[in-house]
Amino acid sequence: MIPAEFDYVRPGSVDEALAALREGGEDAKLLAGGHSLLPLMKLRLAAPTLLVDLGGVPGLSGIERANGGWRIGAMTRHVAMERETALGLASKVAGTIADPQVRHRGTIGGSLAHGDPASDQLAILLAYEGSVVVRGGSGEREIAAAELFQDYLTTAVGDDEVLTEVRLPALDGYGFGYHKFNRRQEDWAMVAVGALVKKAADGTCEDVRIGLTHMSSVPLRATAVEQALRGQPLDANSIAAAAEQAAEGTEPPADLNASADYKRHLARVLTKRALADAAA
Amino acid sequence: MTAVEPAPGAEKWVGQALRRKEDPRMITGRGRYVDDQVVPGMLYMAVVRSPEAHAKITSIDTSAAAGLPGVHGVFTAADLDLASPLPMAWVPPGVEIKTPEHWPLAKDEVKYVGQGVAVVVGEDKYAVVDAAEQVIVDYDPLPVVVDPEKALEDGANLVHPEFGTNQVHEWTIGGGDMDAAWAESEVIVERRIVNHRTAGAPIEPRVCIADYRGDQLTLHLTSQNPHLIRLFMAGELEMSEDRIRVIAPDVGGGFGVKISHFPEELLAAWISRKVGRAVKWTETRTEHMSSTIHGRDQIDYVKVGAKRDGTIVGLDCTAICDFGAYFTLLTPFIPSFTGFVISGCYKIPNLNFTARGVFTNKMATDATRGAGRPEATHLIEMMIEQLAHELGMDSLEVRRKNFIPKEDFPAEVAIGIVYDSGDYHGSLDKLLTHVDLDAFRREQEELRAKGVYRGIGFSTWMEICGLAPSRAVGPAGVGLQAGFYESSTVRVHASGSATVYSGTAPHGQGLDTAFAQIVADQLGITPDMVDVMHGDTGTGPFGLGTYGSRSLAVGGESIARSTGKLVDKAKQIAAHNLEAAPEDIELVDGKFSVKGSPDKGLTLAEVAGAAYVTMDMPDGMEPGLEASTFYDPENFVFPFGAHACITEVDVETGKVDIVRYVAVDDCGPAINPKLIDGQIHGGITHGVGQALYERIHYDDDGQLVTGTFVDYALPSAADVPSYETDRTETPSPVNSLGVKGVGEAGTIAATPAIVNSVIDALRPLGVDFLNMPLSPQHVWSQIELAQGRGAPGDPGKQGGSWGEHGSGSAGSGPTSPSEGGAL
Amino acid sequence: MATPVRVTMTVNGEQRTSEVEPRLLLVHYLRDHLGLTGTHVGCDTSNCGACTVHLNGDAVKSCTVLAAQADGAEVKTIEGLASNGTLHPVQEGFWEHHGLQCGYCTPGMIMAGADLLAKNPDPSEEEVREALAGNLCRCTGYHNIVKAVMSAAKAEVRA
Repeated sequence: MIPAEFDYVRPGSVDEALAALREGGEDAKLLAGGHSLLPLMKLRLAAPTLLVDLGGVPGLSGIERANGGWRIGAMTRHVAMERETALGLASKVAGTIADPQVRHRGTIGGSLAHGDPASDQLAILLAYEGSVVVRGGSGEREIAAAELFQDYLTTAVGDDEVLTEVRLPALDGYGFGYHKFNRRQEDWAMVAVGALVKKAADGTCEDVRIGLTHMSSVPLRATAVEQALRGQPLDANSIAAAAEQAAEGTEPPADLNASADYKRHLARVLTKRALADAAA
Repeated sequence: MTAVEPAPGAEKWVGQALRRKEDPRMITGRGRYVDDQVVPGMLYMAVVRSPEAHAKITSIDTSAAAGLPGVHGVFTAADLDLASPLPMAWVPPGVEIKTPEHWPLAKDEVKYVGQGVAVVVGEDKYAVVDAAEQVIVDYDPLPVVVDPEKALEDGANLVHPEFGTNQVHEWTIGGGDMDAAWAESEVIVERRIVNHRTAGAPIEPRVCIADYRGDQLTLHLTSQNPHLIRLFMAGELEMSEDRIRVIAPDVGGGFGVKISHFPEELLAAWISRKVGRAVKWTETRTEHMSSTIHGRDQIDYVKVGAKRDGTIVGLDCTAICDFGAYFTLLTPFIPSFTGFVISGCYKIPNLNFTARGVFTNKMATDATRGAGRPEATHLIEMMIEQLAHELGMDSLEVRRKNFIPKEDFPAEVAIGIVYDSGDYHGSLDKLLTHVDLDAFRREQEELRAKGVYRGIGFSTWMEICGLAPSRAVGPAGVGLQAGFYESSTVRVHASGSATVYSGTAPHGQGLDTAFAQIVADQLGITPDMVDVMHGDTGTGPFGLGTYGSRSLAVGGESIARSTGKLVDKAKQIAAHNLEAAPEDIELVDGKFSVKGSPDKGLTLAEVAGAAYVTMDMPDGMEPGLEASTFYDPENFVFPFGAHACITEVDVETGKVDIVRYVAVDDCGPAINPKLIDGQIHGGITHGVGQALYERIHYDDDGQLVTGTFVDYALPSAADVPSYETDRTETPSPVNSLGVKGVGEAGTIAATPAIVNSVIDALRPLGVDFLNMPLSPQHVWSQIELAQGRGAPGDPGKQGGSWGEHGSGSAGSGPTSPSEGGAL
Repeated sequence: MATPVRVTMTVNGEQRTSEVEPRLLLVHYLRDHLGLTGTHVGCDTSNCGACTVHLNGDAVKSCTVLAAQADGAEVKTIEGLASNGTLHPVQEGFWEHHGLQCGYCTPGMIMAGADLLAKNPDPSEEEVREALAGNLCRCTGYHNIVKAVMSAAKAEVRA
């Protein structure tokens, strides 16, 4: 399988990329690692007429700690995040994405901008309450995670904008857990749950953030669980009780391998397990 | 890369775990697969395929595609002038098979998603794909038939209205008296066992290059079966067979799906002749999933009757076999293999197996690894454990009670087939030296107390393989329209090395190495000095190919016999030279010498030199040192073994993990233990795939849901364990090597061991039966049902395992052992 | 018609420059333009890994990389893995431990295994299995592939 024809440019700066996008019109697409877009193009489920490859733009990749948070360049490969274990949850999650070859090419920015609710890092960005930085013709703006994911494969990043950076708060002192359920190691998550927990001095839950992957057309927070657990003890019983609410407000898409009911059930089980890890 | 070396002190090459002759080119990227090859001036072909499961073709507009630059032609069924449709090779005596004409492109109607409608050829590999998208086909949808059981109901939509039914055939094999069996039975267990549709899925898809020049057609093809393909193409293209050469070079796996004769190679050849250029077609994986044959797809209604003491009195199985819309080479024959081994390892006096074939709007099923025998083992070994549970007996005790004892071999079972050799108690005993069952049961109890659910399942399996003999399989037997022997030519060169030509077509089995080991021992040379050629109709004699675990037991024996003829001639030449009698010549340390005088003798090179230079030959002897054999054995061979699987089930999610898998197999004396282990590992994993991961699924509209490797889930290294393997060696009396096939063994054995282990794990939760595949959702939903928590949605409906016990209306009544052909 | 792009890359140590269609996949560039047919294609969806090559020192699936994206890169294929006639330890391991049958997935498997060992010279069996999760084999059941990579790791540790 091969893609339909397209033109290709490889700009040397974000400004050049923006100019190329404008010129290319609505059928122009940005190309980052290509591991979401190229498979769709090969199956001819997507057929952009112009690809603007960000691979030649300097300064778009790298991970740095600054001002109590992390700044991660949009073109940072999953493998780089996997290796930066100080990232905590986001690093652990990066190491579960597909397989090593995919992690060598796929990028955090590409993954977030693509907006596939089955992708691992989307719900994690929500749980961190992180943000992305985008640049457009009229300058730079920051989009909070909660505003980013609008619908299936639809994000708040405009067609004429470039996502340049991902920002995560450091969340020092948070424990974390990630439970991803798939049939095979290299598969997309049927459901995945990432949890971040901060324990108070008395052992109760001071803060908790839970991201749900593939439980709707967009990534979700398990807000009912978070509310139920905040201020509560972090023992097995209270975690299990809170996790029972993990599927509240979700609308999981059913597929051949998982009905909506089964996914709701998985969300509860995985939330319990992710919380247990995060609280340990 | 150095020569192979015999193990220190070893006298023979046979039996040694030599590394393979095939490997140096393959590990360095120098393999030669069909898609690697370029013929000057070749065009590329792309196929326009039906997106509809059943529809009338109202129009095909090829003009836009034909007008694109670089396009050399667009062809539809209306353009083809073939002499005959694609073959189906089974004509069973006394059984009617409704056989639709199968043309390489759809005429008037499409009957499954992925059926070819038109082809485009052009100069650029990418541009022909674009051009194929420009072929505009209008369809008028027709009613679709997907469920094979509903397809048999009155008033069902018909796949081929001209037949007036969707039933293809009904074929029976049996022996004894089923009514008497049920009357005698103290316990009867019935189950509906679904053996779902799978794909062979070699990692190399199908590829061909057809190169017609002058009046000669050369076809490079990913084939397990090049000689038969040539024969078929000669008929279809009305060419003399000698004008066609079919070459299967390195072939990237077959698993049965490259046995058949497919539309694309015929189209490429026809077009090559038409346009005067070579034509290459490379299948995409997506095309492979929709348009290369599938396997299995039987619903087995099984009934077993036994005495309270565990003695099995009778077994009956009616299989509803979903064949899809058209037949490939062997489609309706495959379930018969289930019938041939319906007795399993057991002495069962009353047996019946009936296959009812069904047309549906799907791709054809045909042979995939094991072909009919995995289905048989699955249903028999599932029923053994179901019966044991019903009787409150240990399942191994039930097995032992009913095993055909070692001393009964050769053993004729009730359906009239004679098993060559076996030691079923022996392989089970050896398995249990690796698996401490009592210790496992203790551990199982302890773990359950902690909420960890582990189970153990067994499969004591046997199979029929070494496809041959002609009298049983051919027209006078069960009715395949071919002989089933194997050919070889062995040529010793003047300088004392040898070339072997085999009619088999290996594609990963390592037979170049195994054959060379056999020949090296016989000729007193090293395997390095034996080149093995196969897969090319331009060299060597007509052969039947590689499938059905036949290449060693039939092809290897053929080679051993050809080599034996050479050794006889060499002895005569040596005797003449040494002034001795031929019967006094022996081959010792690489020399043909007179018994008792080992220092005086001729090496093979010296003998060959004499044979080719002909200075001093016995009177009347022909020059040269070459011999051929067409070997048609007296019987099949019957490998067997015992497998155990331990699984752990995450009962909260339904996910199954294989903790341990132990296999003891017997394929006779080992030629190369490395190759045997490799076949077993791969075979088991194929079974793990079916049991846990893989499933071809069409939705209610006949759309293929599992059309890529995203959805059709082959397990990866991260999803399966390492295996523990061991062997027993019970020689077959059928061939001089004593060997039996092993290529399908692991796959035939594995699925019931896995499923039985999961059931064993889940019995405390009330789950006592499961159908495959054991996807997490399926296992979870069965736990929920067993726990009385309702039946949550299971969109991957799997034929319903729970709660369907006893719903089988398995056929009964007396059957004659002769039904189904003389075996 | 799309405008062709000019790509220059170093493939197995040799600099190659071509004008290619923007949509040309790296795997087809290697196979069809450079004649390096050791890199295979087994699926359409980045699952099977038969096309695995090293791009700037990392294993990637060359069916999911445009030749244009590899402009300026170092590419190593199975043909370039052995040096001066000496097999890479992973190649040796595959031969010694019967890590291949039909050989079709083998180049991708070997390249994935070599990538793992370059980064983790002493992996556990589980790490080997996880590192090969993106490469499918239908013949071997992976048992001997894992053994082959493990044995190569030991060889490298010794070296």
